Amino acid sequence: MTYNLAIPAQLMAALGPDLVLMVGAMGLMLYAAWRPESAEHQRRVGFASITVILTTAAAVIWYASSGATASPGVIAVDGFRWACDLIFLAGAAATILLGIESNPRDRVLSAESHVLILFATAGMMILAASRDLMIVFLGVEMMSIAVYVLAGINRSSVRSAEGALKYFLLGAFSTAFLLYGIALIYGATGTTSIPDIGARIVTYSLVHHSMLLIGVGLLLVGFAFKVAAVPFHMWAPDVYEGAPTPITAYMAAVVKAAAFAMFFRVWLESFNLLDGAWLAPIWWVAAATMVVGNVVALSQRNVKRMLAYSSIVHGGYLLVAVASGTSLGSAAFLFYAVAYTLATFGAFAVVSSVSKPGTYATAISDYDGLWTTRPWLAIGFSVCLLALLGFPIFGGAGFFAKWYVLQAAITSPRDLVPLSVVLVLTSVVSAGYYLHLVRVMFMRARPDDAVEPAALAPLTRAVLVSCVGLILLLGVFPNRLAMWARSNALVTSTHPPTAAPPIAP
Amino acid sequence: MLAESLTLSAALFTIGVVGVLTRRNAIIVFMCVELMLNAVNLSFVALSRLYGATGQVFVIFVMTVAAAEAAVGLAIIIAIFRHKKSVNLQDINLLRG
Repeated sequence: MTYNLAIPAQLMAALGPDLVLMVGAMGLMLYAAWRPESAEHQRRVGFASITVILTTAAAVIWYASSGATASPGVIAVDGFRWACDLIFLAGAAATILLGIESNPRDRVLSAESHVLILFATAGMMILAASRDLMIVFLGVEMMSIAVYVLAGINRSSVRSAEGALKYFLLGAFSTAFLLYGIALIYGATGTTSIPDIGARIVTYSLVHHSMLLIGVGLLLVGFAFKVAAVPFHMWAPDVYEGAPTPITAYMAAVVKAAAFAMFFRVWLESFNLLDGAWLAPIWWVAAATMVVGNVVALSQRNVKRMLAYSSIVHGGYLLVAVASGTSLGSAAFLFYAVAYTLATFGAFAVVSSVSKPGTYATAISDYDGLWTTRPWLAIGFSVCLLALLGFPIFGGAGFFAKWYVLQAAITSPRDLVPLSVVLVLTSVVSAGYYLHLVRVMFMRARPDDAVEPAALAPLTRAVLVSCVGLILLLGVFPNRLAMWARSNALVTSTHPPTAAPPIAP
Repeated sequence: MLAESLTLSAALFTIGVVGVLTRRNAIIVFMCVELMLNAVNLSFVALSRLYGATGQVFVIFVMTVAAAEAAVGLAIIIAIFRHKKSVNLQDINLLRG
């Protein structure tokens, strides 16, 4: 069916899965506050949150399979939205499963931590659906405000509070840039609707309008902050180190995927035509992110900071897919988001079980000879690291993720061959730190005074096993996922303008 | 009038940016961020005289979100004050590479 978004009831229906998640999250928030803090209540709310996520995922799948479409309006009803929603929901479920077990160990007893993940995920779903810059702003803020709290959810840890403060101040700062960019784009084109902006740029030949260019530049700065692209990446390692490990995984994988989903839609549906002026900045930001991220990651001695730099680098790889500006680029993004989410959650499941209770700090030396005491943990971690590296066969889906990004870059009508060369060369550099960690686990002797890591808790083990299993399975049979990604890719199209012409000041 | 309003908005935004980059007190940095948001609001209101109500609707959303952000932000600042007995950003330096 086709939703007519001008009618409120049909707009509500088009937002069905988002509303299920929001109503569920609000109900659970009340339930979470009903009882005093305890490990048991935290666990109960955690499982209730998983139920809400499963219900939402069922709704998403139902909407996706019904093949509904919508009239042009503030939200999109298309395959890209549902595909992104499923990735976010899977990531949120993994975060909660890891959190249920690691929270009591870290003395985080507030049951609200799980509910806040639902709120952040609702913001992401809005972001994936948005086809209007106003909705983009609301989605970004719904997501970010919940994640600011999550970063500082461990009130007894000074590092957690410090990370939260840094994240909050820089996040609010970047939101202001994003917002000013939106205001200037609105000033230049007279609309906030994403397809209309694209159409008006063509109709009124605004490509070189200075207000529009400054606005897009500011939007780009705000976005680069959100995905931690160089030179706006300085907050990420600090925040990732200070936050509880499951939340770090959530920020590194899901928050980044949501920001990219928004960026792909904004870019492919409206600013694609501006690339004459704006390809160069994206090009340089992508190149700088890949080079700086990889080089700095080499010098890290803390696994969480190393993975933080690795997540910065993966943002750089995805920017190459953005720069391609084609529908194939967005298909590559969907495949990449799946592979990267699996690898990140697998890796952080291991980090969370190896780190000593009460601290999040994990030095690389803690992994010395892990193979001798915990062989399966070492193997699982290696698969995730190789997937992040993009190694064939043992890295599974990670290899094909990079392959499709390169394919999108090379087949793009723009000349992205130099950028593809940078991608390949920096991937070789990244082997320096991923393989170093693998070498440490398998080839070094276990020190005599090393603390025996606690036995893997059942839910953490389930997350790790399913991530590793899926990585390897998708590495052998990537076609299904690739076809799914391609059939849900964004369509780069332009709609005719629907309102009066803008009067540029 | 429009050109003047937009210039004032740009000036306020710049003052906010400079404040965030140079001040060392977390609360003043946060006030500068709020100044930036309100500078944007001024732009929206000025532009909505040209284009209709969209800009004004946007301002309502921005104010609502800024209020929610302030609640969370002040809570985080209080959390750090409990640990450090200070909100000076130079004292907040545990996490580094």
